[in-house]
Amino acid sequence: MSRSIRGADVSETMKTRAALVLGIALGAALTVAAQGYFGEIWRTYSEDIIYLTKQHVVLVLISSGLAILVGVPAGILLSRDFMRRYSETLLQVFNIGTTIPTLAILALSITLLGIGFKPAIFGLWVATLLPIVRNVFQGLRDVPAHLKEAAQGMGMTPLHILRSVELPNALYVMFAGIRTAVAVNVGTAPLAFLIGGGGLGELIFTGIDLNDMQMLLAGVIPVGLFSMLADYALAKGQFWLIPRGVNPLRP
Amino acid sequence: MIKLEKLSKIFETPNGGTVMAADKVSLEVPKGEICVLLGPSGCGKTTTLKMINGLIPKTSGKIHVAGRDTDTIDPVELRRSIGYVIQQIGLFPNMTIEDNICIVPDLLGWERSKARKRAAELLDLVNLDPSIFLKRFPKELSGGQQQRVGVIRALAADPPVLLMDEPFGAIDPINRAVIQDEFLRMQTELRKTIAFVSHDIDEAIKMADKIAIFRDGKLEQFDSPDDLLARPANDFIASFLGSDRTLKRLSLLKVSDVMLSGRIRVSAQDDVATARDMMKEAGHKNIVMVGPRGRARGYLHLNDVVEASGTVEEHYQALPTTVNVDADLRTAVSRMFRHDMTWMACVDDDGFFKGFITQRAISHQLGATYRDTPTEGLT
Repeated sequence: MSRSIRGADVSETMKTRAALVLGIALGAALTVAAQGYFGEIWRTYSEDIIYLTKQHVVLVLISSGLAILVGVPAGILLSRDFMRRYSETLLQVFNIGTTIPTLAILALSITLLGIGFKPAIFGLWVATLLPIVRNVFQGLRDVPAHLKEAAQGMGMTPLHILRSVELPNALYVMFAGIRTAVAVNVGTAPLAFLIGGGGLGELIFTGIDLNDMQMLLAGVIPVGLFSMLADYALAKGQFWLIPRGVNPLRP
Repeated sequence: MIKLEKLSKIFETPNGGTVMAADKVSLEVPKGEICVLLGPSGCGKTTTLKMINGLIPKTSGKIHVAGRDTDTIDPVELRRSIGYVIQQIGLFPNMTIEDNICIVPDLLGWERSKARKRAAELLDLVNLDPSIFLKRFPKELSGGQQQRVGVIRALAADPPVLLMDEPFGAIDPINRAVIQDEFLRMQTELRKTIAFVSHDIDEAIKMADKIAIFRDGKLEQFDSPDDLLARPANDFIASFLGSDRTLKRLSLLKVSDVMLSGRIRVSAQDDVATARDMMKEAGHKNIVMVGPRGRARGYLHLNDVVEASGTVEEHYQALPTTVNVDADLRTAVSRMFRHDMTWMACVDDDGFFKGFITQRAISHQLGATYRDTPTEGLT
């Protein structure tokens, strides 16, 4: 895995924007068109789509929300000086964790929590956690030492340095990690169906099993739209929440 | 104001050895003076500086800042009362210039409007327009502008003591000289007590009231720049100062220090014979002609007017160059060499003739220090 993810630049936000427009166009075609292929899918599966999309969104929001809640403090903790001796080892363990396929993680979580919603949340949470911790850690460690020295030399307390200097300057890298993690999460969420977690995977996998192209598309299209929407929302967040002085996206 | 007593720092190396980074350093910086800690890298000057505000804990010894033993003060409180400038500037990129400057006032709980007003005043002090720069971010400033902000940030809460760790080290030579001059001008008003780390001997000579030379953690000599250059205590210091150290003293002396009186002068309407007599009487080879209000206009050379008659106006030559009385001797000598002259007329800011300097007077002044010292043989 790369040390940190700083991929997004201006052209990428343009791409995101273009993707959103495309998504809206697709969605419009899906919902508005009363006739044709997509109209037929909608007429057949609208109830399933709405019900399962809700499940899907809940799965993603809860699992990635928990991952952020745990991952950010964990990354901060690992980056502290007193953890320096252990942090690299711990992150190596995490890195090995990321090499386990998500499907295997989901399967393993069955052994811990049985089948259903809980193990699905747990599996998605584990898969999402690692990129967040890694990037929070790396972002904080990459804050130049002289900034911390200047802050300390002016009489700032360690907590104040973390809040006013380290976190704002690491925010861009941290956000990149969260964006990647959520993308992984949204992409993995359909697998939750396989361990009884519900979500749009139900339409996809059943569609595959029954070789029913319409049912498959009824699952795939909302998943695609949702992932684009989630990434767009995070890109917007990245643009507006990161202070202008340290935000490479803003002039 | 800053007083170090037998200050020592012993670092432990990873393989179990120890390094003496500072070895019983004792020195005192009086109020309002700049003390430059000078030496090659690894000599302990930065370690010594950082022990003063506790960024590096000392092993033994005492530090007094503004009359208080630093052991009795909470390090965070101590640091808020000492301005700190580092080479990398360390402006926080996530904050505006205004917020950067207001960091210490905010930490000290100043009223917000008072702190912001102070930031604007300080920007004015270094010739940066507050209406433009207050709301900018550090990345929108040039290196020189950032360094100015770095310095005024340290001055924000008006601390009596400043610690500066190679503050102008990362700036190009032209801008560095400008900022040094600016800083010295501010210092004549502010009278801060400053400990200043540098490895640049010319910067040290320019900035310092006192220079402390370090080697291997030991304070080798603590003296005024002129005394240091005139009487280096040992061979190491002499070689560190450079074989041209006597020439470096030129920049410490002002033209007015060696200037001879300008009472002997003639005006355009005076008779050449009068001028000739004045020169002979004073033993001079040249005499300066002044305008009606006393501005230097030209000169007569004795050999040119030995047989001449008429008024001075008919015989004078233009002055190839003059020098300001407030300029340093380095400038004066350089100008003399450029124009192949052995003397030069000195004028004030408005061009009024004040006196003249000669190469002889300069070398006499520089040599005077050595004639009464036994260490003359050192080179």
